[in-house]
Amino acid sequence: MIQIINLVKTFHGQTVLDGINLEMPTGKITVVIGKSGVGKSVLLKHIVGLLHPDSGQILVDGEDIVQFKGRKLRDFRRRLAVLFQGGALFDSLSVFENIAFPLREKTRLPEDEIAARVRERLAQMSLTEEVETKFPDELSGGMKKRVALARAMIQEPEIMFFDEPVTGLDPPMTNTVFHLITKTHEASGYTALMVSHDIPEVFSVAHQVAMLHKGRIIAAGPPEEIQSHPDPVVQSFIRGEVDFLEA
Amino acid sequence: MANLIRQLGIRSLNLVGQAGGMMIFLLESLGLTFAPPFRPRRVLQEVYKIGVKSILIVMLTGAFTGMVTALQGYYTLRKYGSEGALGAAVALALIREMGPVLTGIMVSARAGSAVTAEIGIMRITEQLDALDTMAVNPLQYVVMPKLLAGVIAVPLLTAIFDVVGILGGYLVGVVLLGVSSGAYFSSMKASVVALDINGGIVKSLVFGLTIILVACYKGYYTEHGAEGVSKATNQTVVLSAVLVLAWDYVLTSFFM
Repeated sequence: MIQIINLVKTFHGQTVLDGINLEMPTGKITVVIGKSGVGKSVLLKHIVGLLHPDSGQILVDGEDIVQFKGRKLRDFRRRLAVLFQGGALFDSLSVFENIAFPLREKTRLPEDEIAARVRERLAQMSLTEEVETKFPDELSGGMKKRVALARAMIQEPEIMFFDEPVTGLDPPMTNTVFHLITKTHEASGYTALMVSHDIPEVFSVAHQVAMLHKGRIIAAGPPEEIQSHPDPVVQSFIRGEVDFLEA
Repeated sequence: MANLIRQLGIRSLNLVGQAGGMMIFLLESLGLTFAPPFRPRRVLQEVYKIGVKSILIVMLTGAFTGMVTALQGYYTLRKYGSEGALGAAVALALIREMGPVLTGIMVSARAGSAVTAEIGIMRITEQLDALDTMAVNPLQYVVMPKLLAGVIAVPLLTAIFDVVGILGGYLVGVVLLGVSSGAYFSSMKASVVALDINGGIVKSLVFGLTIILVACYKGYYTEHGAEGVSKATNQTVVLSAVLVLAWDYVLTSFFM
């Protein structure tokens, strides 16, 4: 269980997170929705320790990770993996080297075992072995996302973070990536936090949906509950109305 | 007037803050040299990128610098009937000053800018964040190997610059202008002492570290997308060239 308690973050006098409270149940996918620039990625970066809050707690198995530093933070990060918005594949490494990177850095597995695991993940992502030798700039957006997902999954993480996993993809590839997320979740049972504004696709993968608006979580619950939530802000966002309540 | 003083104060504080930040960045990165996992392969890769790929431009610069130094030196020395000291003049100018300084400036233009652009792009495309979340320290994986490579490569490039420059001077002085070959080398041997060579080595070590430190720091703290990378790259070339010249004066005053 991951619990976020009263998390506050201000950038240059502007409050982005204004007392976030959220629980992410173990083994479930929690999706945080909200319009662009509302602070979804900022929230995610706090939980993986890339940003430090002004105040508040992030409890993972009862321990406040905000206080983690050095070895303790590194040990926590070994339990998680992140699928970044643009994939964040290393430009100087081939697809194979990118996927093998976490294993080469963090394990002492022999090269043939690493190669076998990389190929297994490539197959899981429906990528052929010809892709192995390509570099990230030779891949399409969808392939990049799948390679990045393969790299994240190769560590077999307990906790997965997805930062806008389908942004910029066409509808078939969006469905493919969501299908792969569902498939990997069924196989591994990780706890996941996804930030996304892709409505209604996210409802198909989420076990819990939370809506972030003006620095606060204004609604949280199962997808069906959120879809019929009485708050006009939530409804307006789900229906995709232009500049809801701000026009 | 008050506004001018305020602006001056803000800029001074920024400068001091940036210098302090750079020093902490340097100490943190170099401290990781002694922490496992050790990365000799990464260091070698960076020596190749910063050093080997700069050899051609350094040789070209060295050759022309030696040639023009010999040409200027010859006509100056001839006024005093001392053309025989041409070898000493060329060697001392190159080993003490021009070798380390011009090599530093060429490395800053060629490799320093590339280092900033590479790290800056890693920053804006979240590759540095990805390393962090994989529990791989970006300072250890990306920055430290480049700093060590700078310290290794720049002195070697300076030595290449000096040798090629001396040969360029030989070509102009001996082959074209008719100075005796024996006088060229014997005057060099008689004038150049260990202190000159040591001074050149120390300068090139300091310049190598300074250039790559500035390049890594500017890249690591890049902000605001592609424009930010362009700005950081520009700042690297300007700042590292100015720092090379400033360090040159300070170090020369120690070795004179």
